[in-house]
Amino acid sequence: MNLSMKWLADYVKLDITPKEFCAGMTMSGSKVEAFEEEAEKVQGIVVGRILSKAQHENADALFVCSVDMGGEEPVQIVTNAKNVQPGDLVPVATPGTVVTEGSESMKIKVSKVRGVESRGMFCGLSTLGLTQHDFPYADAESVFVIQEDCVPGQDIASAIGLNDVSVEFEITSNRPDCLSVIGLAREAAATFDVPLEVKEPAYHGTEENIEDTLDVEVQNQTLCTRYAAGLVRNVKIGPSPRWMRERLRASGVRPINNLVDITNYVMLEYGQPMHAFDLRYVAGGKICVRNAKAGETITTLDGIERSLSEEMLIIADAEKPIAVAGVMGGEYSGIMEDTVDVVFESAYFEPTQVRLTAKKLGMRTDASARYEKGLDETSMLTTLKRAFSLVEELGAGEVVGTIIDRNYANPVQNRIPFQPDWINGFLGTEIPAADMEKYLTSLGIQVENGEAVSPSFRIDLERPADIAEEVARIYGYNNIPSTVIKGVAEAQFTPEQKFNRTIEQAMTGMGCSGILTYSFISPKWFDKIGLPADSKLRNTTTIMNPLGEETSVMQTTTLPSMLEVLATNYNKRNAQAWLFEISKEYLPTTPDKLPEEPQRLTIGMFGGCDFFDLKGMLEVLMEKLGVSGLRFTRCGEDCPYDEAAAFHPGRSAVIYSGTAPLGIFGEIHPTVQENYGIGVKTYAAKLDIPALFAAACEEITYKPLPKFPAMTRDLSLVCDESIPVAELEDAIREAVGKPLEKVELFDVYRGEQIAKDKKSVSYKIVMRSADGTMTDEQADAAMKRVLKALTKLGADLRM
Amino acid sequence: MKEQLRQIEETASAAISSCTDLRALDELRVKFLGKKGELTAILKQMGKLSAEERPVMGQLANEVRGKLESMISEKSAALQEAAKAAKIAAESLDVTMPGKRPAMGRLHPLQIVENEIKEIFLGMGFSVADGPEVEYDYYNFEALNLPPNHPARDTQDTFYITENILLRTQTSSVQVHVMENQKPPIRVISPGRVYRSDAVDATHSPLFHQIEGLVVDKGITMADLKGTLELLMQRLYGDDCKIRLRPHHFPFTEPSAEVDVMCFNCHGEGCRVCKGEGYIELLGAGMVHPKVLEGCGIDSSVYSGFAFGLGLERIVMRRYNISDMRLLFENDMRFLEQFR
Repeated sequence: MNLSMKWLADYVKLDITPKEFCAGMTMSGSKVEAFEEEAEKVQGIVVGRILSKAQHENADALFVCSVDMGGEEPVQIVTNAKNVQPGDLVPVATPGTVVTEGSESMKIKVSKVRGVESRGMFCGLSTLGLTQHDFPYADAESVFVIQEDCVPGQDIASAIGLNDVSVEFEITSNRPDCLSVIGLAREAAATFDVPLEVKEPAYHGTEENIEDTLDVEVQNQTLCTRYAAGLVRNVKIGPSPRWMRERLRASGVRPINNLVDITNYVMLEYGQPMHAFDLRYVAGGKICVRNAKAGETITTLDGIERSLSEEMLIIADAEKPIAVAGVMGGEYSGIMEDTVDVVFESAYFEPTQVRLTAKKLGMRTDASARYEKGLDETSMLTTLKRAFSLVEELGAGEVVGTIIDRNYANPVQNRIPFQPDWINGFLGTEIPAADMEKYLTSLGIQVENGEAVSPSFRIDLERPADIAEEVARIYGYNNIPSTVIKGVAEAQFTPEQKFNRTIEQAMTGMGCSGILTYSFISPKWFDKIGLPADSKLRNTTTIMNPLGEETSVMQTTTLPSMLEVLATNYNKRNAQAWLFEISKEYLPTTPDKLPEEPQRLTIGMFGGCDFFDLKGMLEVLMEKLGVSGLRFTRCGEDCPYDEAAAFHPGRSAVIYSGTAPLGIFGEIHPTVQENYGIGVKTYAAKLDIPALFAAACEEITYKPLPKFPAMTRDLSLVCDESIPVAELEDAIREAVGKPLEKVELFDVYRGEQIAKDKKSVSYKIVMRSADGTMTDEQADAAMKRVLKALTKLGADLRM
Repeated sequence: MKEQLRQIEETASAAISSCTDLRALDELRVKFLGKKGELTAILKQMGKLSAEERPVMGQLANEVRGKLESMISEKSAALQEAAKAAKIAAESLDVTMPGKRPAMGRLHPLQIVENEIKEIFLGMGFSVADGPEVEYDYYNFEALNLPPNHPARDTQDTFYITENILLRTQTSSVQVHVMENQKPPIRVISPGRVYRSDAVDATHSPLFHQIEGLVVDKGITMADLKGTLELLMQRLYGDDCKIRLRPHHFPFTEPSAEVDVMCFNCHGEGCRVCKGEGYIELLGAGMVHPKVLEGCGIDSSVYSGFAFGLGLERIVMRRYNISDMRLLFENDMRFLEQFR
């Protein structure tokens, strides 16, 4: 909503600067986005009177003018304008002025034009930021010859009325009443504590009775609760007077002609949209407000033919639709040059219906935007009267004396308990009751018998909290004190929240950095990671109206997003990227239910790392989290993770705690790496945070330090390459039994002294008894058991 | 014999004095004082001496031994000291050479600020709640006083999964879950991802983060809301930070406010960052609408509450002077490495 300050002054008298006005209004709830002083745009441009005009001596297309600029001496200006003559008043940009034309700015200087000095430039409408709509008599293409009452030397702003201030408001959806000059004037009056002066408009009218010519029938009295119509005969279409054009322009509305301008003017002033029909095209002299019939169409004012459906409310004549109620008029019934008699409509249409119709037709208009928020159900007659008083004032036609008013309205009038103590208790203030009453009254809310009565233009007021807000915003939100919430409250992070913090700390401690990716991905990414065609992960929570395919499904695996980020980093030539993210997967349940949203820890790495760096990192992480009983299994057919397809089959593993799978990790499959265009070995892990949490042991129990010395034996074995070391380890553990303290793999050797397809593995085995010093005999016996067990596995002592 | 002893003393003294390394010194010790050393050799001849001479010679021999021993030990100490000094001198490093850095991971800037805000609220007795991101229409809109066809729904471009299920457009949906499951007093914040169908540009993202706050109890006032937010901003931006509340409209709060925070750059003077305003719009807040309380089964005549929602990206971008939101989601190491 753009407000003309000159227009506002009709209703409230304010003695403050535009800046103070804007600040005050913003702080009382009418937020000012910006304000523009029209005069600023034309600073340095003054009125000049052309005294003489002569041909330029060196150029056929140029003229040299002597111009009276109000000073003692006339000024010489060179122009190419053919339309100016001696005696004409024209806008002159004086030296030093910066003029803007479109996106280009130019500073006027004293200069020589083809050898003749020129001390300024004549301006056309566009240089002043105007169009022919503002000054219909002006030549649109050439210099603006001013036909206004002004004198040489006068600044152009005052000469042509460019001295208004236009204030742009952001009006919230609950306050359609503020989409009007009077609504904002009321807010201003309350904000600055000055009276609001609004008079009920009046017009004279002719003796004629409108009912003799026009009939109005409202068939759907639910969707149209009030319909008022009036008639103006023998209209004289022409431009509106300058003051009206100026105000419309300052409000951001293009002036068109006097009748159309009047409807717009009244809409801006009162907030009530108004429509005008050419009586010639109201067939049968009858207006019918009804639902559209199946198959009916209308060509709207914008020239587009639109199909109507039965739930839409329309204005029809005896035969056909002539307007979509509250949205837009029909093309042919609009005002034309040869229009003689005009019907004015002011009506109330049910907000939701208007909103849905406008949405369905894909045309949100200024009118529909107002109707859909809910207007004042009682303003129909006032606004018609205002329009007719303007018609008479402008001499635009003869107003028929009577008005048709079909009224089925039952305007909302809420009586809300007015309890000053409750309001103060709610706000935390000590505002005197009398002040509260004053604030409310200034906003048009009457206080009677302990009740606040909502005015018809404030359908948003329903409850005591609404009244408290009205009091608070006029009192000033910033005058409300700041207090600390009473009572004590104790809070702590939940074990799950602490667990995630521990993960973050461990991961950053090991050199991985946190990332942030989108939750939605492209369904094509499933192919990119090589997911099997029948994978359940391809069953996604899918967005009906995505921005694009690449963000259209909620991720069922966090792996692709991580790989995208690794690819980004590789493409940016970063030598190393060690990353992690805690995020969610969205796993569908049943169609009408919400998906599950389990949290995942995803790790991605390239540069300066290998499989065992990642594995070691996971081992340390598990230790930090208190997850024990780890088991690592190469991904096989029974792999619980479909993402296994994204990993190198020989270099990936599932990590278990006991029998519970915790996640999958390893080197990314060369094909997948190619798909992402990553040219170095890449590693990733995806861990199930709820499973980690379930497997974790929060308790730390201290075990006494050993009292007796340990017995250490080294053991080198030779076995088939295919035997996983974990099997050897398990065998050692079992064979030693209780005294085993630690079994540590310290060397794996393949090479000359070892047969092909064999490897040599060396262990340090630490044994200790809790009951006494272990003897050599005991240790030897244990080692004998170990060797026996290992031989069974096909591992022999290396000689 | 006496001369022999004196001779040894003289030769040995000279040799010890001029000795420059520990090994040579040890060789001298062996040569003169060792079992097969020169002094021992002379002492072996003691038997040949007369009874009168023996003690005299014995004493002299011991004197010589004592002297030489102490000379050797002094020399040894001096040489050891010198050797240590030489070693230390030789071990001198160019301390300006680069250190060997253990890998250091960084938290994402958004996570850093979220953690910080969580800690601040924890200190004020707020616990942290989580809620679903894929959400029923009811929790995201209807229970928050945004019935179907409410015009304000248009302003939140919503991603729909089905007619009835959507991606939450605001963390306010968690308010409803909390109030359904918990009796007052309630003090909770809920950080999380929210979604709106905004095309990606420097200041928009279809996914962003909010932190919702909710307090419900007997006697909660708008002054409490102001005090709580003021405290938050002072913790985030310093003790001189001021906030400003402007009336606004949200369907789920009444009264509603937009909250501006004093510009961190000019401290309220007005500058380029705040476009001359001195304040920067940071969050929305208000007193929980009685309809919302009642919808969750909380008696609005007994309890009142306040709620607020702040955009995390905006706070992060202002704090680190990041001008393009896309950087937060791109995860370039060169960006991530700047935070800690």
